[in-house]
Amino acid sequence: MAKVATKPKAPAKKTKAKAITVAMTGNAGCALAMKQINPDVVAAYPITPQTTIVEEFATYVANGVVDTEYVNVESEHSAMSACIGASAAGARVMTTTSSQGLALMWEELSIASAMRLPIVMHNVNRTLSGPINIHCDHSDSMGARDMGWVQMFGETAQEAYDNTIIAVRIAEHEKVLLPVMIMHDGFITSHAIDRFDVLEDDVVKEFVGEYEPKQALLNVDDPKTFGPFAMPAYYFEQRRQLRAALDGAKDIVLKVSKEYGKLTGRSYGLFEEYRLDDAHIAVVVMGSTAGTAKYVVDQARAKGMKVGMLKVRLFRPFPSAEIAEALSHLKAVAVMDRADSIGALGGPVYMEVKAALYNSKKRPHVQGYVYGLGGRDTGPDQIETVFDDLKKVARGVESPREQVTFLGVKE
Amino acid sequence: MATIKEISKREDLLSGGHRLCAGCGASIAVRQVLLGANAPVVVGSATGCLEVSTTPFPFTAWKTPFIHNAFENAAATISGVEAAYQALKRKGKIKKDIKFVAFGGDGGTYDIGLQSLSGAMERGHDMVYVCYDNGAYMNTGIQRSGATPFGAATTTSPAGKVRAGKPQQRKDLTQIMAAHNIPYVAQASVSHWKDLIEKSEKAFAAEGPAFINVLAPCPRGWRIKSDETVEIAKLAVQTGFWPLYEVEDGEWKLNFKPKELKPLVDFLKPQGRFAHLFKPGNEHLLEEYQGQINKNWAQLKKRCGVE
Repeated sequence: MAKVATKPKAPAKKTKAKAITVAMTGNAGCALAMKQINPDVVAAYPITPQTTIVEEFATYVANGVVDTEYVNVESEHSAMSACIGASAAGARVMTTTSSQGLALMWEELSIASAMRLPIVMHNVNRTLSGPINIHCDHSDSMGARDMGWVQMFGETAQEAYDNTIIAVRIAEHEKVLLPVMIMHDGFITSHAIDRFDVLEDDVVKEFVGEYEPKQALLNVDDPKTFGPFAMPAYYFEQRRQLRAALDGAKDIVLKVSKEYGKLTGRSYGLFEEYRLDDAHIAVVVMGSTAGTAKYVVDQARAKGMKVGMLKVRLFRPFPSAEIAEALSHLKAVAVMDRADSIGALGGPVYMEVKAALYNSKKRPHVQGYVYGLGGRDTGPDQIETVFDDLKKVARGVESPREQVTFLGVKE
Repeated sequence: MATIKEISKREDLLSGGHRLCAGCGASIAVRQVLLGANAPVVVGSATGCLEVSTTPFPFTAWKTPFIHNAFENAAATISGVEAAYQALKRKGKIKKDIKFVAFGGDGGTYDIGLQSLSGAMERGHDMVYVCYDNGAYMNTGIQRSGATPFGAATTTSPAGKVRAGKPQQRKDLTQIMAAHNIPYVAQASVSHWKDLIEKSEKAFAAEGPAFINVLAPCPRGWRIKSDETVEIAKLAVQTGFWPLYEVEDGEWKLNFKPKELKPLVDFLKPQGRFAHLFKPGNEHLLEEYQGQINKNWAQLKKRCGVE
């Protein structure tokens, strides 16, 4: 039933690489992918719910199965600072964080992208303080959405693993050369044991290849200055180039994902469409909630309702035209955000989708929902409520909602 | 240690034509430190006068690889560069021996960069960190820092009707770094070039982290003439305001031992930032100040085993 959006279309029939089925947590999968990538430098700091990635990776280091220089920094600010130094030096660099850690890195995020450094980072989604809370929502990564990083969200442990490997190739592609942030949901995906397929070490090694930077600080025979002072005569052009590079990353995400699909049989696009083709109403979600949404869609379809789902994989650069096209035939769409953009029209994904559709000749009504903040459980009942709302709007029984709706909150 | 003849043949890695002020102590410190490297060296800098004045895009004054990241993280950044070097050297991708140094002003070192510095030193990276201490946030217009001396007037600790400049004593960063038990820690001054270059050589030769705190007067902030930089730095040493010492593998050594210290006022009087201390009614402040210096000097001599 599930169909992958845009290119690449169908998974290759014959998979080249051997699949090894494992049962492990999403975080263990990410740590395994890091081991297989074998980066030159990892500089990281522990924070819940990301911690088990750095712990697992530390075990790989302790057992000598990776060649990585593992820098146990004293904060996330220093983690990203050291990653920037190491990446500028010419190394393949990875790190991981969550929530407050990402917030502490904030200053460094835009420096990493401006220097065009292909750092790959997991951000295991956790809400932002305050009040302090360790559970999942997407407010941490949403705070970094204008920082010039590629941002990809995964639904499952399988996707978290796959995205880690794919991200290296995207980041280091000569047309991109930008840092990539990979998300999966804290605790829900990070700590739950899931069954998924992994590749053999050598296959990953071959897929990611050797990193050969064109400019490296450690090339002492050709000294370069990194991070110079750019006043108004030069700054604007630099930012314009950054925008062009990030926009261009969309094609590379598709290209690398397609290549990975041929290798594994698991194809990923910019987003995933689920029973969307003939649907009248649909929800747009990101992360683990897509799994719940698929279940609700199947239940509703069994009752003859024409419902579907679109799961956003690539959030930055946002595939506006492609998503507008994919949703244009619908009567009503609900965008479910696991983050609020306080004081704005609604959640960040809602605003992107609504803006993407504004200039379309055929456009559905779009309404926004904020759900699951701070790890509030989001069951099928909440998504059923959303479909009920959309049904009423589609039939003209109820007026479209202009205000964002908060799901599962005690008002 | 290299002779002056040998040193004179080494290339200046910071070219002339940079945009630092005439008489700036920072550029003197940087050039002297780099003369001590005597190997390919990668330089990092915190945001500040040095970075702004040496890298106005599309120009650079650096004849050696250089990286600026942000204000508080020169140490973390260079620690990452050094980690990359260790990894790539191990894999055989880099053959040469390369040295690493991070420069920061006192704002970027004593204050906002202290955590990053402490972390990098504790982790044992093979790098040198040099603080060019001019006693305030000079790049942004002379605001008070943790290194600003007692009584100094800055734009955020001005002398007024009820306040006589900065009311607190400066933080003793060199001793804080010594407490990290790293292979080499030193305090130096741009006025004592031989001492500074020798310390730089030791710092680069040390296996593991090294730290040098260099007094680098700022004519704008200290309210002195641009040709008085070296002279005032020398007085700082001679009065005991800025003792020259080093801690090598835990051994404390005083590098300059005058029979008698010059009175502190010799250092304070020529500087406009201390002018208010010489107004009638502030004699007790000068007395208190001399007392602080005497106490610190006695403690340092004891640590260095000097009678």
